[in-house]
Amino acid sequence: MNSVGEECQELKRRYDECFNKWFAEKFLKGQTDDPCQPLFRVYQKCVKNAIKAKNLDLEQMEVQVLGTPNEKHPPS
Amino acid sequence: MVKYYTTTSLFKYTWDQVATGLWQRYPNPNSKHVLTEDVLARYTENNKLICRRLLTKTNKIPKWGEVLVGRDSHVLIIEESIVDPVEKTLTTYTRNIGLQRIMAVEEKCIYKVNPQNSLWTVCERSAWITTRRLPFGFSSAVESFGLNRFKSNALKAALGFDYILTSLYGQDKLKDHPLSMSDKIKDTARKAADIAKSKAGPMMTRASTS
Repeated sequence: MNSVGEECQELKRRYDECFNKWFAEKFLKGQTDDPCQPLFRVYQKCVKNAIKAKNLDLEQMEVQVLGTPNEKHPPS
Repeated sequence: MVKYYTTTSLFKYTWDQVATGLWQRYPNPNSKHVLTEDVLARYTENNKLICRRLLTKTNKIPKWGEVLVGRDSHVLIIEESIVDPVEKTLTTYTRNIGLQRIMAVEEKCIYKVNPQNSLWTVCERSAWITTRRLPFGFSSAVESFGLNRFKSNALKAALGFDYILTSLYGQDKLKDHPLSMSDKIKDTARKAADIAKSKAGPMMTRASTS
C-alpha cells in the first residue's frame, strides 16, 4: 500500500515486511522485543516530513482517543 | 445530533490470522477509495501492541453536498488500535479529521474469538455519526446520507478484509470469493462488450461511409 509521501514508499515497504513477520511469528507468541525499530525510525522521519510538507494537521493526528475518556460509548 | 449504529461481522479465520491480516488489508478489490496508509506510532506496553495509523481516502460527495464541502474531498482517517495477544482482543478506533465541521464519524471494532467456534473471529462494530447543525434542512440530509454511507461501507470493508484473509490463508477458496466472482462477472461482461464492439465496428464504419 502506498505511503502519503511518495519518497517514503520503499522505507515503508521494508518496514511493513519486517513488522508483519515479527507480528505473526513473535508478538502473537508472547515476545515483545521489536527488531523492526531501526527500520521504523527512518520510515517515521520520512512520513512526518511528508505530512508537514503537505500541510496536513499533524497535531490532530497525534490526539489519542482510544482508551481515554474522549472515546464514544454506546447510548445507555 | 449523534446517530449510533452497530453491526457484527463474522470471519471464518482464527483470531491470530485476523489480527495478522489486519495490517495487510489494503489494497483489496473493495478499497479503491483508500489512497495511502501509514504508521504514525507503534509500540508495546504491558505486552499489548499500541498503534496509530493514518489513512487517506477519497470520499465521493453527492451533488447536493458539494456546496458544503467542495468537490475535492480527500479525507484523513486516524485508526488507533490495541492488540492484546493474551486475551485475544484487537480493538480499532477510527475517526476522520477534516470534514468534521460537517460530519464526524467515529467507529470502534472489537475483534474477538467467536464464542460458538474458536476457529472463527467476530468483529463487533459500533459507529457514532455526529452531524453539525446546518441551515436549510442540510443536517437531516447529511445525517441520513452519512448513516447509509456508513452501512454500505461497513459491509464493503468486511468483505474486502475477508478477501485479504482468503488470499493469505485460504488460497484454494479465493476463486470462489464473492469479490473474485464480481471481478469475473465484470471481466466476462467486458469481453462480451469487446466482442460486440469488434463485430459492430465494421458495420458502423460501413454505415457511416455509405
